[in-house]
Amino acid sequence: MGGEDIGGELCAQVEQACRNRLALCLRGTGSKAFYGREPRGQVLDLSPHRGVLSYEPSELVVRARAGTPLAEIEAMLAAERQMLAFEPPRFGGSGTLGGAVATGLSGPRRPFSGAARDFVLGAGLINGRGERLGFGGQVMKNVAGYDLSRLMCGALGTLGVLTEVSLKVLPRPEIECTLVQPCSQPRALERLERWNSQPLPLSAACWHEDQLYLRLSGSEAGVQEAQRQLGTAQLLEDDDWWPALRDHRHPFFQRQAPLWRLSVPPATAPLALTGEWLIDWAGGQRWLYSEEDPARIRTLTCEAGGHASLFRGGDRRGTVFQPLPPALMALHRRLKQALDPAGILNPGRLYEDF
Amino acid sequence: MRPGPQARDRDAFLAGLAALPEDCILASEEERRPYECDGLSAYRELPWLVLLPRTGEQVQLILRHCSSAGVAVVARGAGTGLSGGALPLDNGVLLSLARLDRILDIDYRNRLARVQPGVRNLAVSEAVAGHGLYYAPDPSSQIACSIGGNVAENAGGVHCLKYGLTVHNIAALKLVTIDGELLEIGAPAPDAPGYDLLALLTGSEGLLGVIVEVTVRLLPRPQHAGLVLAAFDSVESAGDAVAAVISAGILPAGLEMMDHLALQAAEDFVHAGYPLDAAALLLCEVDGSRAEVEAQVDRVRRLLADAGASEIRLAREEDERQRLWAGRKAAFPAVGRLAPDYYCMDGTIPRHHLGRVLATIDRWSHEYGLRVANVFHAGDGNLHPLILYDANQAGELERAEALGARILELCIAVGGTITGEHGVGVEKIDQMCSQFAEAELRQFHAIKKAFDPDGLLNPGKAVPTLARCAEFGRMHVHHGELRFPELERF
Repeated sequence: MGGEDIGGELCAQVEQACRNRLALCLRGTGSKAFYGREPRGQVLDLSPHRGVLSYEPSELVVRARAGTPLAEIEAMLAAERQMLAFEPPRFGGSGTLGGAVATGLSGPRRPFSGAARDFVLGAGLINGRGERLGFGGQVMKNVAGYDLSRLMCGALGTLGVLTEVSLKVLPRPEIECTLVQPCSQPRALERLERWNSQPLPLSAACWHEDQLYLRLSGSEAGVQEAQRQLGTAQLLEDDDWWPALRDHRHPFFQRQAPLWRLSVPPATAPLALTGEWLIDWAGGQRWLYSEEDPARIRTLTCEAGGHASLFRGGDRRGTVFQPLPPALMALHRRLKQALDPAGILNPGRLYEDF
Repeated sequence: MRPGPQARDRDAFLAGLAALPEDCILASEEERRPYECDGLSAYRELPWLVLLPRTGEQVQLILRHCSSAGVAVVARGAGTGLSGGALPLDNGVLLSLARLDRILDIDYRNRLARVQPGVRNLAVSEAVAGHGLYYAPDPSSQIACSIGGNVAENAGGVHCLKYGLTVHNIAALKLVTIDGELLEIGAPAPDAPGYDLLALLTGSEGLLGVIVEVTVRLLPRPQHAGLVLAAFDSVESAGDAVAAVISAGILPAGLEMMDHLALQAAEDFVHAGYPLDAAALLLCEVDGSRAEVEAQVDRVRRLLADAGASEIRLAREEDERQRLWAGRKAAFPAVGRLAPDYYCMDGTIPRHHLGRVLATIDRWSHEYGLRVANVFHAGDGNLHPLILYDANQAGELERAEALGARILELCIAVGGTITGEHGVGVEKIDQMCSQFAEAELRQFHAIKKAFDPDGLLNPGKAVPTLARCAEFGRMHVHHGELRFPELERF
């Protein structure tokens, strides 16, 4: 299991930064440095704080230090035919457990298995005062105290430095297969709406360039039965198609233009925004390259019941994530204050004013 | 301490609530009496005032008034909670959300239902059953408990391992803060911008705000379910069988265990046809398409046989499945027939400690002279020891509570938690001092302050004051010494 515990040093560094009101920029492997508003402050290197602490396949729980590479954890799980079911993206093939949880990003399986936050069972963290704290645990059910472990998901390190994370893992499906159907965007969304309401063993559904890609997972008999229900389709033999989508190696993601991520209720009709689209999460996550006015992109997405973020590129000193209503923003500021009173942890990475 | 508002003039307080219809106010003693306790009836307190609003606007009005008058508020749903989370205050308002009981909107296209907090858990599934959908969390009180309470406690049920808890099955909330502000948290989309306040609020036991609307996620109901029952000669071998099923890559929809005393009581009560000589009984349910279920049932049966089951039965047909589940679902009332009273614990443990934990509980059961029946959500490690006692026998309640407290400490010692799904409430507040260190409790108080700076929402519940823990530590003197030296530490 190995690795090194530098938690004590990290605490001391955070505590000192708190005293000196010095901004810290939390960093694992830096694979998601492109994400969020522009990072600033002195780098707090978390990559040496690594190592799996416990893994009991029959408990479906893994616990590791936050700097542990995702690849190391996933290889260990694969050996026991288990997986991180939220399929965290591994940009450039790297990334750490802490980074996956702090960004809260999930891959293609998310609408069917759950998001990063759904698999977090517990977390160790260092708050902005340099205190080392532990919340949640290594059991599936735990309602003692406020759920601060899940609060860390997607907080982009602004509420605490993750030091250890316990995750629920799942068995790998017995078999998986991918079907492809030629289909326009509106037609794909209609089909997905219908299938989303049926008890089918779907584990991913994506539309791109007039093709609908469907992944089925389960026992051989179950998958075959579902294949018949989904109608005429071609079997896709490319085993790397979903991993490439997950890790943004798919050709769609290779453009240099600003990339928008739109999170919307899955049955939302095609949005009236011109650009190049890739639809994932059975309709719930829509990627867009567009020249349209950012304000219009946000407004239209918001009217559909969702939100838009500037995922990669664009002006990272401006608005990257959907602005919050004033009362909710004020609550965010008070929460930030409660965990990081000196405002030193990744300041400005999520929203400009904290 | 707040000034004792017992002496406060209730009429003066109500004068500030003139906009609230008269039938929303229960002020006489006989009207207030039914609210003196929730599902944990060992704790009782007559509320100073009971308010029963009909709308979210009325909730805002009430909280705004309480906030400016400095009066504390305890929110209550159906009152089925088992940890005293809705125990009223003799100097505060008991705010019942029972009349906010409408299903507001069902979005079949996105499989979401927008409901008021007083809607019963089961009513949601009933309303959408015609469309082949359901709401997954199914706490045992689901015919009575309400969604608002489910969110406050992060309620679970018997299908959590596969389908998750309340936190995994809701999309959005409307929350009224103590100063009467309405906040929309979460979204009908897969995620929402900003911090995951939905997760923070779920299970916060009414300490951060009052929920006036919940958007729940609906799932397509699986076409079929198959149930395998297996009897074992020892609790340990039943525990090993659970590990074998999960290690084999099967994710059961439900995986429940009962020990000898619990299964005997259940059999006497509902005549499910359980093998009475078994030391432990396992119920393993799989769901999916017919082909999927057939394949999985076959694998489960073989795995349980290999794990040493003394008897195995399959329920492929619906009536047989319902009959075998009936015993498990009636386990609490069935055990309730064995003694005048029982005390239900709710610890969670890493599953591989099950044998040791049950053996220790058995030893203590003899030591305290109180019988204990064990019901176990084996899939997710949530253990419900039911301590049998007779409140009319002097000292028995105190002994039951002492034994319960010891069991919770044992759960912490093996790496588990004091509460899996019932919440801390007033019941387990002292054990919070063992579960969390001082800095962690201070962090909880700072979070609380970000929502409720004057501490008016459900005071005295869920998170103990540091002073209380100092007191508790002195009484129990265990922080300085190693407890349970027989147990491995990690």
